Amino acid sequence: MPWPSKKTGGLDAHEKQSFGKGVFRRCDGCGETMPSEAMEANFEVCPHCGQHHKLAARRWRELLLDDAKLDEWDADLAPADPLRFSDGKTYPDRVAAAQRAGHAKDALEIGRAKMDGTPVAYGAFNFSFMGGSMGSVVGEKVARLFERGVKHKLPVVLLQASGGARMQEGILSLMQMAKGVAARERLRDARLPFVSVLLHPTTGGVAASFAFLGDVNIAEPKALVGFAGPRVIETTIRQKLPEGFQRSEFLLEHGMIDRIVSRLDMKAEIGRMLRIFSPAAPPAARSSRKLPELSDPE
Amino acid sequence: MAAYVLPFEKPIVDLVSRVRELRALAEHDRKLESELRRLEEKAKKLAKEIFADLSPWQKVQLSRHPNRPYTLDYVERFITDWTELAGDRVFGEDSAIVAGMGRFHGRGVMVIGHQKGRGAKDNVRRNFGMPHPEGYRKARRLYDLADRFRLPILTFIDTPGAYPGIGAEERGQSEAIGACLASMARAEVPIIATIIGEGGSGGALALGVANRVHVLEYGTYSVITPEGCASILWKDGSKAEEAATRMKMTAPDLLRFKAVDRVVDEPAGGAHQDPAAAAAFVERAIIDALKDLSTLGPAELAQDRYTRFRALGAFVG
Ligand SMILES: [Zn+2]
Repeated sequence: MPWPSKKTGGLDAHEKQSFGKGVFRRCDGCGETMPSEAMEANFEVCPHCGQHHKLAARRWRELLLDDAKLDEWDADLAPADPLRFSDGKTYPDRVAAAQRAGHAKDALEIGRAKMDGTPVAYGAFNFSFMGGSMGSVVGEKVARLFERGVKHKLPVVLLQASGGARMQEGILSLMQMAKGVAARERLRDARLPFVSVLLHPTTGGVAASFAFLGDVNIAEPKALVGFAGPRVIETTIRQKLPEGFQRSEFLLEHGMIDRIVSRLDMKAEIGRMLRIFSPAAPPAARSSRKLPELSDPE
Repeated sequence: MAAYVLPFEKPIVDLVSRVRELRALAEHDRKLESELRRLEEKAKKLAKEIFADLSPWQKVQLSRHPNRPYTLDYVERFITDWTELAGDRVFGEDSAIVAGMGRFHGRGVMVIGHQKGRGAKDNVRRNFGMPHPEGYRKARRLYDLADRFRLPILTFIDTPGAYPGIGAEERGQSEAIGACLASMARAEVPIIATIIGEGGSGGALALGVANRVHVLEYGTYSVITPEGCASILWKDGSKAEEAATRMKMTAPDLLRFKAVDRVVDEPAGGAHQDPAAAAAFVERAIIDALKDLSTLGPAELAQDRYTRFRALGAFVG
């Protein structure tokens, strides 16, 4: 990656050398350079400007889950090749390469965890695995996530970052949208909350299915979330898109999300909401229509 | 209707127009009758031969044929007491989706379909069958209404996709489509979807979460248009023909993947050669499906849909 020389001008010879090895990082937001550890320790959020950079699935667990612990479900589900698809490189080859690089079978991990003390059914898309695209495995795991939420009476928290449906699985990938939404509706019927977390970027088939059907939709700052990708829109309307189009702030302004939440506050925020949604009261108390007593503020 | 002929249709169309000319002459000259019969036979045989061996790309072209019957052409032929309903109650009316109530063989139904325009002016109004969020919110409103009054829902799918534009994003295209999927999944009435032309992506699926999904013989259904697929894979939209083949988006493949439950025959030369016959086939298939589903109660209908879509996918482990 090329670096502007004026940014590196103040570094001594040793630092310049380390810089080339990636011990220093530059923020995508403010352009500030800093030691890599500073960015890593802050979960890839720039300490200067708050810019959110991509965070690996493992780090998300560290950030959001109590003791960074996820009892993973169905980690073995792996893609098949129903279309025998090739675009020059075969689909199985692409999958194999992504699996080697990502140490996972596909682009979504799901499991049981605790978030700020509350047990949840947790799912997280991994954008670096084929653009977080949704094929049969991802769709199946989304459906199971909601179904297990119902079965174990757990709220669902799903982190999404996806370029959309996985073209290589053709029509079956489109069908995953219906499957995931239908399962999401079962959670609704069970009166369990779904917190939909929108990360950068989320478009296409994931955006246009369950992503906006959260009981609460929250997004990271400046995440790009929309139905059509910006390039497709620009080609269609033959004009440049305005600055900030389809970003979280735009979504908030247009009423599509409830809150923009910094990654660093997310665990506390989600934990607080989940505790409000699911008071310890047993289901019987709900059907009796009797509301809990108010207590004096401490 | 303006004549529009695809290159591979040309021999058939030429022959058919010669038959027509000859028929006019034969009225005055009986000696021409045997020649007329011979030509008619030839035209039928030719259509059969050419259409027996269409490539996926040719089928894509047929599914988009500007003379192809659209939703309202079917409504006209087998829906009585047709009463169009408009508006999403939020922002506007979107004519790229047409909706209304009516009767199908005497029974009250809700009909919702994509509607392309005929000709340039009409297509501006219909936006080439590419809905904005308002269209999907109208559809959603009517799914819920149909559910409340126990009206079976008949949908007709025919869109290149939901419209990708600034206003569409501002007004929540994603949410509007997602909400349609949810309402369709929940509805406790029979839902029959028929893909009458092109079924493009999520914008098509928003009318497609049905108990039974039918596709016309030359209809298509895909996760992205072949042009879109080609431009992503090869950065070259002109490779759409190849993408159409690789995506396996025509009726026989859709049936194999169980994305559709039934392929509905088209008349010789395609639905546009004989819209009345095409409508009769579509109608027949809907009757069969409704009869099939008549034993299911309200909750069972929703469960039937759940089971149908839940089973779709291919994975290992
Ligand atoms: Zn910064």
